[in-house]
Amino acid sequence: MSAIPIEYGLILAGILFMLGMVSVLIRRNIIFMLISVEIMLNAAGLAFIVAGSKWTQADGQIMFIFILTMAAAEVSVGLALILQIYHQLKTLDTDAANRMKG
Amino acid sequence: MTTIDYLWLIPFVPLLGALLLIVAGRSMSRATVAWIGAGSVGLSALFVMGIGVDFLANPGVYEVSLWRWFAVGGLSPSIELRLDALSLIFIFVITFVGFLIHLYSVEFMREDSGYARFFACLNLFVCSMLLLVLAGNLVLLYLGWEGVGLCSYLLIGFWYEEPKNGFAARKAFIITRVGDTAMLIGLFVLFASFNTLDIDAILSNAPSAWEQGSGIATAAALLLLGGAVGKSAQLPLQNWLPDAMAGPTPVSALIHAATMVTAGVYLVARMHVLFELAPIAQTAVGVVGAVTLLMAGFSALTQSDLKRVLAYSTISQIGYMFLALGVGAWSAAIFHFFTHAFFKALLFLGAGVIIEALHHEHNIFRMGGLKNQLPVVFITFLAGAASLAALPLVTSGFYSKDMILWYAWAGEKGSGLLYAAGLLGALVTALYSARLVILTFFGPAKTAVSKLPGWRMTLPLGVLAILSILTGFLEVPHNFWHSQMISGFLSDVLPASIVRPGSEAYEWAIQLLAAVVTLGGLYLGYLAYLARPALHERVREKVAPLHQLMVTGWGFDVLYDVLFVRPVTWLAYVNRADIIDGIYSGIAQLAMAANRALASTQNGVMRWYVFGIVVGAVLIITLGIFV
Repeated sequence: MSAIPIEYGLILAGILFMLGMVSVLIRRNIIFMLISVEIMLNAAGLAFIVAGSKWTQADGQIMFIFILTMAAAEVSVGLALILQIYHQLKTLDTDAANRMKG
Repeated sequence: MTTIDYLWLIPFVPLLGALLLIVAGRSMSRATVAWIGAGSVGLSALFVMGIGVDFLANPGVYEVSLWRWFAVGGLSPSIELRLDALSLIFIFVITFVGFLIHLYSVEFMREDSGYARFFACLNLFVCSMLLLVLAGNLVLLYLGWEGVGLCSYLLIGFWYEEPKNGFAARKAFIITRVGDTAMLIGLFVLFASFNTLDIDAILSNAPSAWEQGSGIATAAALLLLGGAVGKSAQLPLQNWLPDAMAGPTPVSALIHAATMVTAGVYLVARMHVLFELAPIAQTAVGVVGAVTLLMAGFSALTQSDLKRVLAYSTISQIGYMFLALGVGAWSAAIFHFFTHAFFKALLFLGAGVIIEALHHEHNIFRMGGLKNQLPVVFITFLAGAASLAALPLVTSGFYSKDMILWYAWAGEKGSGLLYAAGLLGALVTALYSARLVILTFFGPAKTAVSKLPGWRMTLPLGVLAILSILTGFLEVPHNFWHSQMISGFLSDVLPASIVRPGSEAYEWAIQLLAAVVTLGGLYLGYLAYLARPALHERVREKVAPLHQLMVTGWGFDVLYDVLFVRPVTWLAYVNRADIIDGIYSGIAQLAMAANRALASTQNGVMRWYVFGIVVGAVLIITLGIFV
């Protein structure tokens, strides 16, 4: 089995990252924004894995485990905040959450 | 180990008194305040006595260095006190006369609501004045110099509810400040040349560093003279002193007669080496003194306010001291300071008793006949006035003024013109002294006496009266007796006064002339104000415009008002919108506009913020990769 060239993996990671970023920017529903952030995180994780396999180092995989842990923590906090927002505003539209603007 | 090591106690005790009174004076009883206020100065006077005894046993120059004050760029003055014959004479007068005046104030101010404040300021003044004359370097001297200026301001405006007193206080402060600024520049010049402000170092290095009559020596001496002129109320900065009489009378006696106003004399005497290197500056000292003594003397002749007469006479007598300094008669100037401190303090204290006894009547034309009602005041005041007029042989004023007149004529730097001014001044002095005594104590009584002074007020009068008579015998002219205690005492510090060769033979004639002029002035005063009172009215009408000019102190107030006060107030009026302030409010407005612009980006739309983060990240990464 021949190795997949590193460019392919990185281009895939880049595409995923851009997709995630653009959808964070254009989505209004806060749950979708959270999912898009997850996609960005995973894109970054993919880049680590690819780089790790290229140099045959375990560091890339360790970093991905870290990212997973962090994503889990982030999602738990994020979902709690989303619940609160929904309770307060009765909507998931982020544009409605602008009551603190100065 | 001598008592001189404890020199620092002399200024420290009044400082402690002042601090105590400032902090806790309000809650103390009047008796406690009086004990602290007068007691601290009295204690200081006792220390001076003790140190004086040790000093007389071993005369010399003692330096007591306490600690280094600060060190900035090569200037590291220490808090060091310097005791020599000159400063000993000054601290003796300051503490001794100061104590008597404090004692007097205990009774004089007894009903005043600011009792503790008064003694706090007075103690602080004594401390500053002692620092001024004991300072071993010019920085410490300047501290004392400004300290006495501050206390003078606080005490002139002591009764600050009256706007006119506050005005007088500000006038005194601002006018002396003009001189202080000149002095400060003088200190910079000295520091630039010698890299130190230690008095000893400057005095010993100056003759080798500077040529006789060089420009820089003249500049430095003239700048110091500027400071001296401001503090000592000499021409052209003399017009604050008559207004300074707005303060309580003990303040006038202590600050504006005996001690602070002679700080200029002390400064010139202390820095005498500089003035000897700069003959132009020294001549200027003499000329300033001569002109001032005449102008102030004539003004004193026309005043109707008892305290203003004394104020002008103080200016005039300090003019004599400057005249003496100008002709190189250093010890004569100090001798005159010494006698003047006693008799002028006495006159002011006497005036305080009179004014209080007559329901705060200041006008001497509404006094009269007090001879029988206030006999103690009369006798002591007479002694003071006789000394002021330099009544021959029996008063101290005669010996000190005669010494000045002698050196003005016969001294190496003396001249006929300076002597003539001094002699005319002596005539005027005798005349206004006679006028003062006659209008106050003789003739019919015009205002009833309401209260008599107690022992705390009469005791200082008595002591000062005795001293006004006796101190003159410390220094008797050569041809009378060989008793030159003052100039002998000062010979370590101040150079001897040199007499032109061949003039000794005329000493008798000069003395006789001075005596005749004095007696003539007194007779003239007797004639014009007692024997034929119509005479002075007639003279006054003859020269009405000139009289008016003298009453207003030769129009200096008007002159300065036109020259300085009005342009400044005009400028302030024109610039009432404050042009400079526009720059700063412009900067403020710019900041506000930027703030508004930035605040508008905080619109609460989260995707905008994310977009901002993305753009920022892209920018930074681009910069990181391509730059």
